[in-house]
Amino acid sequence: MPRTIVRQVRNLRRDGIPHSDASASGRPARLPGALCVLLAILATAAAAAELPRFRWQNFTVANGLPNDRVYCVAVDGDRVWAGTDNGLALYEKGVWKSFNVADGLAHRAVLSLALDKRSHDLWIATMGGLSRYSAGRFDTFTQLTSGLPNDVVYGVSVFGDFVWVATAAGGARLNTRSREWSLYNERNTPMYEIWTYSVTAAEDKVYYAVWGGGVLEYDVKTDRWKDYNDPDGETEIVLFKDQGLIHEITTSVSYVNKILWAATYFGASRYDGRNWRNFLDKDSGLPSNFLNQVKTVDGTRAWFSTDKGLAYYDGERWATYRPALDTHAPEMLVRDEQGAVTRVPVQTAPAHHYTFAVDFQNDDIWVATAKGISHGIRITSGDSNR
Amino acid sequence: MRRAIWALILVAAAAGQTRFRSPDDLILSPDGKRLFVVCSGSDEVLAVDTASRAVTGRIAVGKVPRGISLAPDGKRFYVTNSWSDTVSEVDAQSLQVLRTLPAGFEPTGVAVDAARNMLYVANRLSDDISLIDLGSGADTRRLAAGRGASYVTASPDGTRFFVTHIYPQIRNFRTPPRSEITEVDAARQAVAARLPLNDAAGVFHVAFSRDGRIGIAAELRPRNMVPLAHVEHGWAFGNSLAVFGEAIGGVVQLPLDEIESYPSLPFGVAIAPDGSRAYVSASGSNEIVILDLAKLAAAARSPQAARLANDLSASARYVVRRVAVGANPRNIRLSPDGSALYVANRLDDTVSIVDTARGVVAATIPLDNSAPLTPERRGERLFYSSMYSFGHQFGCANCHLDSTFDGLSWDLEPDGFGIDIVDNRALEEIKDTAPYKWNGGNPDLQTECGPRTERYFFRSQGFRGADLEDLVKYVQSIPLRPNRYRLPDGEYTPAQERGMDIFQRTTKKDGTPIPDNLQCFVCHSGHYFTNTQLADVGTGKPTDRSPKVDVPQLTNVVNSAPYLHDGSARTLEEIWTVFNPNDKHGVTNDLSKDELNDLIEFLKTL
Repeated sequence: MPRTIVRQVRNLRRDGIPHSDASASGRPARLPGALCVLLAILATAAAAAELPRFRWQNFTVANGLPNDRVYCVAVDGDRVWAGTDNGLALYEKGVWKSFNVADGLAHRAVLSLALDKRSHDLWIATMGGLSRYSAGRFDTFTQLTSGLPNDVVYGVSVFGDFVWVATAAGGARLNTRSREWSLYNERNTPMYEIWTYSVTAAEDKVYYAVWGGGVLEYDVKTDRWKDYNDPDGETEIVLFKDQGLIHEITTSVSYVNKILWAATYFGASRYDGRNWRNFLDKDSGLPSNFLNQVKTVDGTRAWFSTDKGLAYYDGERWATYRPALDTHAPEMLVRDEQGAVTRVPVQTAPAHHYTFAVDFQNDDIWVATAKGISHGIRITSGDSNR
Repeated sequence: MRRAIWALILVAAAAGQTRFRSPDDLILSPDGKRLFVVCSGSDEVLAVDTASRAVTGRIAVGKVPRGISLAPDGKRFYVTNSWSDTVSEVDAQSLQVLRTLPAGFEPTGVAVDAARNMLYVANRLSDDISLIDLGSGADTRRLAAGRGASYVTASPDGTRFFVTHIYPQIRNFRTPPRSEITEVDAARQAVAARLPLNDAAGVFHVAFSRDGRIGIAAELRPRNMVPLAHVEHGWAFGNSLAVFGEAIGGVVQLPLDEIESYPSLPFGVAIAPDGSRAYVSASGSNEIVILDLAKLAAAARSPQAARLANDLSASARYVVRRVAVGANPRNIRLSPDGSALYVANRLDDTVSIVDTARGVVAATIPLDNSAPLTPERRGERLFYSSMYSFGHQFGCANCHLDSTFDGLSWDLEPDGFGIDIVDNRALEEIKDTAPYKWNGGNPDLQTECGPRTERYFFRSQGFRGADLEDLVKYVQSIPLRPNRYRLPDGEYTPAQERGMDIFQRTTKKDGTPIPDNLQCFVCHSGHYFTNTQLADVGTGKPTDRSPKVDVPQLTNVVNSAPYLHDGSARTLEEIWTVFNPNDKHGVTNDLSKDELNDLIEFLKTL
């Protein structure tokens, strides 16, 4: 643990509200009490040390982005794709290059990106159709020119030869070998609301976040659909915590190692196939219940893009990265297993507290925000001054 | 007696199915002692001893083999079976098929990546490249290529693979054609670049100089954006090359054509090991074009290079000689020392050996074909020949590539300039689909292929008498390619079955009867899904002389985009989502998107 951080970590009350430390109060501390405080500080600091810390490098239109409102990001090795409100951008060798409708992009507003890791083709969900970018060429699919069910494409995911999309008129799957489109909607699935918002595809399961309709699961092996809904059916309150999906208004799904994460506008849920666990800002480290995206690393660890900052959960502890909501000063908050919150001094923060999405680049992270895109360069022990 | 009858039946059957070898591709062993010749007509590969110039062995492979590639050690070769959707792995010594590997739809070109133990296969009907792991034999991934992906060439150092395609990319109505050379990074197994070929449609083989710094692709530049009325000015086709690579600095298109003398339908390319010469087979004019590579590169690097693509005087700078070979020369290969050029003469069933030092044909190897010429075979030669057109500029096969289509819409002069733009139709199984032309104006193929072709296309001579009858017989014999969307057991998928119900429905979803003339299966009826009548389906344009069109056959319709009489519908979907607002082309506006998708899934099976 770097000494500078130990010195600066402030104690926090158990309810997570910051309070002044002993020296700041001006009252002399008794030795046994001071020792206890010191031990607590050391313990908290050690915990914070294991949570990822970043030096944030932010990019906006001033750096070549086509628009500051960045909805999505996808990393392809050394290259980074950003989907903005006015075009697609590629960061390569330190330079941003933009693509828009004139280049063949389906629509200027890019909502979601999915990289085909085998071909390095990029699938692009836009407000006006689905595009594929492949080595300089855009191929576009719309509801008029293809089997795509609707041109408002909120989400896209690729697994194997299949491209899955979430649209304003249900889900769809494109078989890239046979070019067959299969549509999924209220007529052939338990989907009672067809406004699909996000999709994640894996070898065994595909999940849809249905905005107002919970989560829909497709079993690849059995070709069957199943829905998961909020058991209490309440839109504003949680009556049955950990008994099912936390809310019907789902915005994002992420599935890794047979663990499903779902983000909603009213908290997050984790499902391991048997048990649900729900997370709210009042009893977790989430800075807000308003979640735009959840992206899990390995099923246990997950990142949350919220309207009040970027959050990380390692299975026990939480961290939040953002410009402070009041002062806009760089801020990193850590919440330990007991719920104690500490503020880790940092020099940089993501571009904005309103975050849309993340993607990973080795140990680094890229964050799409309402005011540009941020590159979180991982600080490892020994280079805390980065 | 019974035995005699069976013998007669067998003889008759054999007579009706005369199969010619039709050598399409060939490759030499690393030591140059053996030549392997792919025979697309007889579904086999022949081994030829280059010293004795005799066929020494043969091996049956899959249906309609088209491409071949040899492992660098010469122990195995790989053959694409375009109608079987497979690749045969063959032991080059024993001529035994070792494995049959799966590929995409209509695999055509193939190349081995020995360093990574992979096989690259260009799939013509799936528009992509299969990357086959030679360890497992699995088609591990597909890379998006150009439409009609057909030929693959490795760079000399094996780090890059270049894929060409024969149909232009689908674009907006009446926009100039555009093609590409797809460059694959072998280490990443991903497309690294797409070299643009503006105004090109129909790109064939690629060859590289030994140092890899110059690449040459054979290509066509169709003039389909202007009325086909200036044939004598070279405005039907540009028979061209795309020159590219590090030594060029970009992609430059240069003509092979000379004023009033056109080496048509360029197909195979080879470059001499010493970099002095390049060779191109002109498969329509039955010759090999010999080029001075240094002068070709100089022209490509010249400040005027961009303007040379349509300059008929340009070829004088770099064309050295043209050598007559057999009928429809396809791929060509140089011996390891570059002294001999081997030419697969597809419609002669021979291989020409060109002495490259003297620039003459030194010998011709017959491929052991004793079958007598049939009217269909004579007609096929006429179909692929450019000898009838002005300056030998083009033949039937320039537009009907490999007897299919070209994916273009054309402005033909007889209707008037800018009038009656027409989509080029496929020719498979059209014998019983008269009348012909989109306006049904030609009652038979003799009319279609005879005086009309002479006057409005070739501007020179036409097919007459016995030639015309032979040509018609060939066109009538063009078979239907296998449909890739039908299940092997003949059953339909659920989506196809639902689509068939829509195709055959007689009432709308609300129970309202659909008038007979608006039911799909009424006009698209019979074996070929056409009633051979004219119909007004509301797709006529102000520039069309009549709103009525010939009801097209739907067999293999999935392959022949764009659609409608003028090619204005880029996809099957657009026929109904864009061009059928008033339900005149069948009643479809009550269909949901799911149901329209089902209908299209069914159409893909026809």
